[in-house]
Amino acid sequence: MALAEAGPEQIVFSEPLMKRIEVLKSHFPDGKKKSALLTVLHEVQDEHEDWLSVPVMDKVAEVLGILPIEVYEVVTFYSMYNQKPVGKYVFEFCRTSCCVTRGVEDLMDYTCQKLGVGMNEITADGMFQVKGVECLGACGYAPMMQLGDFYHEFLSKEKVDTLIDDCRAGKVEKLSKV
Amino acid sequence: MGRKILLEHINVPGIAGYEVYRQNGGYRSVEKALKMTPNDIVEEVKKSGLRGRGGAGFPTGMKWSFIDKKSGRPRYLVCNADESEPGTFKDRYLMEKLPHLLIEGMITSSIALEAHLSYIYIRGEYMWVYRILEKAINEAYAKGWLGKNIQGSGFDLDLYVTCGAGAYICGEETGLIESLEGKRGNPRIKPPFPAVVGLYGNPTVVNNVETIMDVPWILMNGGEEFAKIGIGKSTGTKLISASGHIKNPGVYEIELSISVEEFVNSDEYCGGMYSDRPMKACVPGGSSVPILPAELLFKTAKGEQRMMTYESMSDGGFATGSMIGSGGFIVYDDTACVVRNTWNFARFYHHESCGQCSPCREGTGWMEKILYRIENGYGSQSDIDLLWDIQRKIEGNTICPLGDAAAWPVAAAIRHFRHEFEYHVRYPEKIKDRKHFEYEPWEKVKHLMAKESVLV
Ligand SMILES: Cc1cc2nc3c(=O)[nH]c(=O)nc-3n(C[C@H](O)[C@H](O)[C@H](O)COP(=O)(O)O)c2cc1C
Ligand code: SF4
Ligand code: FES
Repeated sequence: MALAEAGPEQIVFSEPLMKRIEVLKSHFPDGKKKSALLTVLHEVQDEHEDWLSVPVMDKVAEVLGILPIEVYEVVTFYSMYNQKPVGKYVFEFCRTSCCVTRGVEDLMDYTCQKLGVGMNEITADGMFQVKGVECLGACGYAPMMQLGDFYHEFLSKEKVDTLIDDCRAGKVEKLSKV
Repeated sequence: MGRKILLEHINVPGIAGYEVYRQNGGYRSVEKALKMTPNDIVEEVKKSGLRGRGGAGFPTGMKWSFIDKKSGRPRYLVCNADESEPGTFKDRYLMEKLPHLLIEGMITSSIALEAHLSYIYIRGEYMWVYRILEKAINEAYAKGWLGKNIQGSGFDLDLYVTCGAGAYICGEETGLIESLEGKRGNPRIKPPFPAVVGLYGNPTVVNNVETIMDVPWILMNGGEEFAKIGIGKSTGTKLISASGHIKNPGVYEIELSISVEEFVNSDEYCGGMYSDRPMKACVPGGSSVPILPAELLFKTAKGEQRMMTYESMSDGGFATGSMIGSGGFIVYDDTACVVRNTWNFARFYHHESCGQCSPCREGTGWMEKILYRIENGYGSQSDIDLLWDIQRKIEGNTICPLGDAAAWPVAAAIRHFRHEFEYHVRYPEKIKDRKHFEYEPWEKVKHLMAKESVLV
């Protein structure tokens, strides 16, 4: 069942995720476990199709012993949390000045054209989405983009082509490991 | 070759791992610090003249001496690894390559502050660096550098890494503290300063990654040795992350005594421009600092050589100077459009405003819209004045400095490049293509501006 239709009772956090949440909570003093919220949300999002539905957020509140509203207000503030479904592979191009000087705008146009979508749209097969994000701290390696946890730098049209092919072939890793 | 304090061992294979790091003298400053009194460490840092590398350049030793130790409440050290200032990518480089140096600096600094719990707050996009740090921290725990009774000294310290989730404002120290408490990153009104009321209401010092990484060297070599490098109140070395239209973009460690010209043109650093186009402008310290036209970059308004120091870079104030800031050095050649670039920055600040203060929340939005209008050929002459007026009303009227940071680049662009704004207004058909200066650089079209204006 797609996450979008899942009710609260269907939301299950895996055992490794629950263990990881316990570790993250242990990093903060008693009574301050809410501090783990931002990191926990990243891990939860990774396990739930890269977005945070209301029942998922409610579950996070329950696990951390805080109110649902405390989770909602954080999720709506930070740009890395998705409140609706996203493409499987989201190409997040840095659209800030230094990347612009090195031609990122042309690359964004190229990628959208190649995939047949506009900015922020998801391809019909649900595989790809192109977004513009703010400076990712890779300005000297411009133009660049983020895909999952990883950066792809010194991009060119050829590199974008290869990346798209690799994604289709399931050869692109999205998550970094400890 | 300039002296290297931070990057001395950067090319040693395996230096990111514990064993190699230790063999190369790693963690010796902790052994030394454990034998010193906290006060002596603070004094050593004061002697070094080290200034915060996060952007504001506040003397680190002085900041440390403000921390409230009398109340007896727990104290915390928080490392600011949020690094989101456009143009800045040095902290990421340091953490990726030398995670143990950051941990070593966190331990020695925590000893100085008598903090027993410390955090590294890293931006959420750097997730793979988060993993590198987490691994290094686990190694440090396993080797007895963290945890209870460090190396049998009786000193306890817990250190953890925690992350943000895409919000520039969490780099502002009180926004960061709010975020670290698991909330929205809304900056707090100061005073009280974090040194008195910080994380969980307790005394807290927030320092940049690079600042903290300088501490081990200072302890091992003495504050005076550090202060010998550099000019005047700009002591030691500084990492500069260079980007834009230069030949060798990257992260460089410079002594705070070389000239800007040497930094830009020497092969040791930027290596000059990447194509044969002339330099047009430079943003020398991250997106928040005033942009300088090329003719004010190498020489100050007084005609003196401009140096890579806090003082020289800001010589002339905002009228003809800029700031070292975070060390995000962005160079533009004459194909770049200052109006488009200013719009790009304005959009950034509008996007990143937390929305608590109306001058910032509304003002950044207005500036973005007006700049968009001018950039796309729908602006009028009065828009330029309106823009000037808006930025002036933001500056100094907000809770945190993001408002100023949004206003300064706009002010400087109008101050130094008003002719380009006017060109956009008067020749809308010429600037429709975003690459208009690639086809017809300013040099080729400036004669048009000598003609009398048809638009009033
Ligand atoms: C909007 C804004 C963003 C900031 N972003 C950062 C940042 O990403 N990293 C950083 O070290 N300091 C940043 N600062 C500066 C911090 O508020 C603070 O001055 C700094 O972390 C202090 O450390 P230092 O004294 O070692 O430089 C920012 C300030 C403002 C106003
Ligand atoms: S100046 Fe802007 S970012 Fe800072 S507190 Fe006010 S609204 Fe928020
Ligand atoms: S401007 Fe693109 S990574 Fe900084």
